[in-house]
Amino acid sequence: MPEGDERMRDAPSGIVIPGVAAASGSAPAASPLAVELRGITKRFPGVVANDGVDFTLARGEVHALLGENGAGKSTLMNILDGLYQPDEGTILIDGQPVAFRSPRDAIAAGLGMVHQHFTLVDSMSVTENILIGLDKPRFRLDLRRKGAEIAELAEANGLRVHPGAKLWQLSVGERQRVEILKVLYRGARVLIMDEPTAVLAPQEVDDLFRTLRSMTAAGRSIVFISHKLGEVVSIADRVTVMRRGRVTANGLPATGMSKAELARLMVGREVLESLERTWLPPGDVTLSLDNVQAMSDMGVPALRGVSLDVRAGEIVGIAAVAGNGQSELAEVISGLRPCHGRILVSGEDIANHPVRKVIARGVAHVPEDRTGVGTAPNLSLVDNLIMKRYRHKPIARGWTIDMGAARASATDLKDSYEISAPSIDTEARLLSGGNIQRLILAREIESEPKLMIAVQPTRGLDVGAVEAAHRLLLERRTAGAAILLISEDLDEVLTLADRVAVLYEGRIVGIEDAAGADVGRIGLLMTGGTPEDPLRGEDEHVEAAAKGLA
Amino acid sequence: MTALQMRLPVSFRLEPRLTAPRWLSPALTAGALVVALVISGVFLAIVGADPIRVYQHILVSSFGDIGVLSDTLVKATPLILTGLACSLAFRMRLWNIGAEGQLLMGAWGASAVVLFPLVPAGSPAIVVLPAMLVGGFLGGALWGLIPGALRARFGVNEIIATLMLNSIAFAWIQYWVFGPWTEGGFQMTRKFPPEAWLPRLSDLEAVVPAFRGLTVHAGFLIAIAAAVVVWFIVERSAWGYEIRLTGDNPRAARYAGIRIGRNVLLVFAVSGGIAGIAGMTEVAGVVHRLQDNFSPGYGYTAIIVAYLAKFKPLRVIPVAILFGGLILAGREIQPSGVPAMIQGTILFCLIASEVFLRYKVAIVRRATRVASAKAG
Repeated sequence: MPEGDERMRDAPSGIVIPGVAAASGSAPAASPLAVELRGITKRFPGVVANDGVDFTLARGEVHALLGENGAGKSTLMNILDGLYQPDEGTILIDGQPVAFRSPRDAIAAGLGMVHQHFTLVDSMSVTENILIGLDKPRFRLDLRRKGAEIAELAEANGLRVHPGAKLWQLSVGERQRVEILKVLYRGARVLIMDEPTAVLAPQEVDDLFRTLRSMTAAGRSIVFISHKLGEVVSIADRVTVMRRGRVTANGLPATGMSKAELARLMVGREVLESLERTWLPPGDVTLSLDNVQAMSDMGVPALRGVSLDVRAGEIVGIAAVAGNGQSELAEVISGLRPCHGRILVSGEDIANHPVRKVIARGVAHVPEDRTGVGTAPNLSLVDNLIMKRYRHKPIARGWTIDMGAARASATDLKDSYEISAPSIDTEARLLSGGNIQRLILAREIESEPKLMIAVQPTRGLDVGAVEAAHRLLLERRTAGAAILLISEDLDEVLTLADRVAVLYEGRIVGIEDAAGADVGRIGLLMTGGTPEDPLRGEDEHVEAAAKGLA
Repeated sequence: MTALQMRLPVSFRLEPRLTAPRWLSPALTAGALVVALVISGVFLAIVGADPIRVYQHILVSSFGDIGVLSDTLVKATPLILTGLACSLAFRMRLWNIGAEGQLLMGAWGASAVVLFPLVPAGSPAIVVLPAMLVGGFLGGALWGLIPGALRARFGVNEIIATLMLNSIAFAWIQYWVFGPWTEGGFQMTRKFPPEAWLPRLSDLEAVVPAFRGLTVHAGFLIAIAAAVVVWFIVERSAWGYEIRLTGDNPRAARYAGIRIGRNVLLVFAVSGGIAGIAGMTEVAGVVHRLQDNFSPGYGYTAIIVAYLAKFKPLRVIPVAILFGGLILAGREIQPSGVPAMIQGTILFCLIASEVFLRYKVAIVRRATRVASAKAG
């Protein structure tokens, strides 16, 4: 099925008409399998999202579920989590058949899902977030006592987080820990983790993996959904691969699997992650940032004096852990956020210029939030593709829009960028994640920008779509565009960029050539460590969050 | 969980829907109308009326012959215009609840042209009527600009602002019809001179005898033209594209370089202006003077009309005619209660039916429930 399933997971469970009060707390039966799915089939209009899927999860194992977008992983997990009912098939928990009517039932049976998009309330504390939605306490809420309980639970599982901290003060890694704590607090013995590493820095990934291992050692089982083959090989005990709703590899032992083998099982063909990089003579400076400062939405400094040059035909990668100013940097350059300092594009200062002027200067922006910023979900492909060009010929004809020209251009872009959709009148919300990104890239590249700001261009995309996006960015580079690549995927930055700038707490703390760069060193800089004092960073971060409480 | 649900062999559950077939939306609208009529019928039966006869009566007395059809179109005229005003603003997710106030201010602006007078007394209709049209548009537009500016500049909630401004506009009209413009102390102005009257079909009686007594006036043509213009603006112009984009995703609109604040002002002005024209067609086409309570709440019914039309300008026309008929027939049945009840029920059913556009109903057999209860 198309990637609508990402969104549907957020559907309010409150729409279930009669709530079911499933009994909970009974001891698990003596079955070696924590979860067994037999012959699960789920159909949506026009697609079979799951076609006779079998899946088993042993107690105390990490079982990776691999597959491209639309392969049916999310549907399968949503069925296990009680959001959907399967059309056919059986679910067994600890050897007992069950039928979940809502996530509440799944939680009662000891299943918990850690969503990729966090379901947390920013203005509330960690403790409050964890208690949200629970029936108890019914009346008096003793936050201090509950906080102590949560701190204890956190300690036992190696999830360092301050129970009294407000959510907005936490880093992405810490927020994820809160999500994990939330399901642990509800007594989950099986955790379903949907692309848990997508937003994490290398060190945070290591922490997460340590936590996962300590949880499995305590008898918990984990379903680990991912696109990242390297991680799957290193953390999983077994791997199940899905393609187009079917299982192509069922519970293979992960040890000894090669990335290439997994990739072939996922996409059904050989994938060559080798990119054609041509050497280009250094061009003129296209983008020059001079002591740029800006505030975050919270009103605290997000950029504290960033100076950086990007030349024509060069990709400069920004390596940073989420929340260190990279989102603000992209917004400042594209005119969406006010700032101090100078931003020169081909020698002209565009700092604080209106967005339409910045666009007119030849700045394209592939935004981080594809559905929230980059597209209008209920408008058609045509409307989404003309977003940056509707004021100019040939799309504009006087004050009207030439629908013929707009449609012709959309048809053209849909074909040349291989946007897979039933028609150019399809609403953007019905596209899969990969196709939405193709749409955005098509639109931004079509304007033949001098400067391209690409933020998280491949986050959450499957192998095929990542390859396509990388190819497009490199083509732009060859065509002489300056590209600022902001990504939390360090591998991606190192693969694509000519130079890497590390951003930490709103400052550039290091710039290196990507060729031969030391990943370990960059990882340290990203988390605030210095090569001389490598352990400093992490602790400081936690302390800073704790300090923020006062 | 209620005991009733426990006993049913199946239970129902809503699942999100990825795509909706094309026929679903109109089918749901029709279905909601039918359900609303059935619910209203139950109420009618409770108060002792025969619902079938009441509905028959409504049909006959609003669409039964050319004479009542003409009256229906007279009622539909301000509904089309105010319905368009709401649709335009709603398209950008600006909840302009103030069409009523903008209609009143438009009526005032059109009246001012005649009564001050802003064009020399005795000018021919070809001068007076266009001037009144402009006066009506400006009156409504200025009244729309106030909540627009408050929203764009200070982020004031436009629902509250427009609702309050309706009351102010009402009081403003009262002041003028009781005070400066009163005719002999009655709550109305003097009758406008004939050159300030919109031509009626019955004016052509001498040429076509069949038009005798038909009250439908040129305002209906203005309303149809306005619908076409609004359709063109929304669906075909660059500005309409900005409105649609901003309405669907304001953050994407900002990212695309659209000046949202400016568009809030413009949309409110144009929306208010169109509602103002409705005020002009009422005073120039129907009452031929400004008077107290000349609108039975067209600007409020317009919200329902816009909603039923799914904010699509051309669909506003048939919906407004339907509601015009309901208003007309309502007067024959009962001065206020029943028609308002039917309208309210229709809106209620319509909003409720939207759930089925986004979710589909899945039927869960009871047997699986038992398993689930055991499972924990």
